[in-house]
Amino acid sequence: MDRRKPRAGESASEGVSNFPSRLAERFSTSERVFTIEFPSIDGGHLSDLKSRVDDLLPWFDAANATDSPAAHAHASNVAIAIALQQFGLEPILQVVCRDKNRIAIQSDIMGAALHGVRNIELLTGDDVIAGDEPEARRVFDVDSAQAIKIAATLKEGRYLSGRKFSDAPDLFIGAVENAAAPPLEYRAERVSKKVSAGARFFQLQICFHGDRLEKFVSAVNSNHPTLPLLPTVVLVKGARALKFMNENVAGIDIPAEIIAQVERSSDPKEAAYQLARAQAEHALSLPGVRGIHFTDFCHDGSLVRLMRDIGVTPRSAGKN
Amino acid sequence: MPKLLPIVEFLEHGIKKPIWDCHMCGQCVLHSTGMTCPMTCPKTLRNGPCGGVRENGHCEVKPEMRCVWVKAYERKESLPLPQSWRDHYNDLRPPVNNQLKGTSSWINLITKRDQVTPAGWIVESPVQENLRAKE
Ligand code: SF4
Repeated sequence: MDRRKPRAGESASEGVSNFPSRLAERFSTSERVFTIEFPSIDGGHLSDLKSRVDDLLPWFDAANATDSPAAHAHASNVAIAIALQQFGLEPILQVVCRDKNRIAIQSDIMGAALHGVRNIELLTGDDVIAGDEPEARRVFDVDSAQAIKIAATLKEGRYLSGRKFSDAPDLFIGAVENAAAPPLEYRAERVSKKVSAGARFFQLQICFHGDRLEKFVSAVNSNHPTLPLLPTVVLVKGARALKFMNENVAGIDIPAEIIAQVERSSDPKEAAYQLARAQAEHALSLPGVRGIHFTDFCHDGSLVRLMRDIGVTPRSAGKN
Repeated sequence: MPKLLPIVEFLEHGIKKPIWDCHMCGQCVLHSTGMTCPMTCPKTLRNGPCGGVRENGHCEVKPEMRCVWVKAYERKESLPLPQSWRDHYNDLRPPVNNQLKGTSSWINLITKRDQVTPAGWIVESPVQENLRAKE
């Protein structure tokens, strides 16, 4: 397998294929960890991607290479993860169960691992009806917990079939959970199931119910005190985006008062920003929360403002 | 036995389809899911609800239907089931063996065919796994 020297974006190892994840190393420190949803790429050139990476590099520990989010086709998860890896931004390869059977899921993980990708996050995935090709066949050959277990199997040097291979990649396996979707009382237990399947960090779905997040995080934290949790905070431009999310994104419920508060403000854009800031600060105050995952729909500098406002200082270039 | 097979399959489907909307996956887990068939979930999830469950407990894919896993979670408590069945609710269920689709889960239970998992699927005892998870 891969015996080249690791690049700048990889861990300082001897160049063997089983060097560890830098994200895992970050979690093992006491510092906060910040990740970002890398924007979906519809077309264009690698160079466009590089300039986006350069903007994010000083601020983020890792970026999610998404897998056709909201059931829209984009440049593939694996291709984006490899590009991020090459440009020095630690990728989190997302793999969803909607479009690929167990064979393709394993191929995705092993293909990316060959290029040095170590963080693998397994999700169920939005249904095809969320996308612009609702007539597509849904696959769901395995579910997210099973996919996590399959990734853990690969980490041990064998495929699901039992076929063994050498130099198994030291994968850092992640999962997602929605703290605010019914059945609320079960969500923390589901985390435990995914942990026993092999998940070692969690990014949480966007959540506009602070009380639910609090309850969920405290239950998870008491079962798994060292498990890193990254709630997601979304940056939007105003009430319209909130309404859209509330109506169209499955599993995200936004209380009417929150939308009204932003809508009625004399400066809705600023109100939306302050909402995100308050959410980030609240999340960071909870035990077990190791950082924040951001989704940025503003693309206007709000993200950097938010990072500064919550006390993050940028890393100097080349020092990641 | 081989002659009996189609009869048993017919019987099982005849009984389980009207009651649980059985999809004849051939590896029945109804006892551990509050007698709610996970194969009726549009995403055929075997290990709990997706993140898309609506605020009213209905399904992301079929808004008119209650989420199968919300139902299962309630029914495992409300139905008079043995505690040992309830205790299995959060078990990690292995991937479906698609080769068993259409066969009788009753027979697969007797022959233990429904317990055969891919050779790479090695599940340690829950205790060991918990220990490892806490590392
Ligand atoms: S909402 Fe429930 S029934 Fe619908 S796809 Fe998700 S888990 Fe399945």
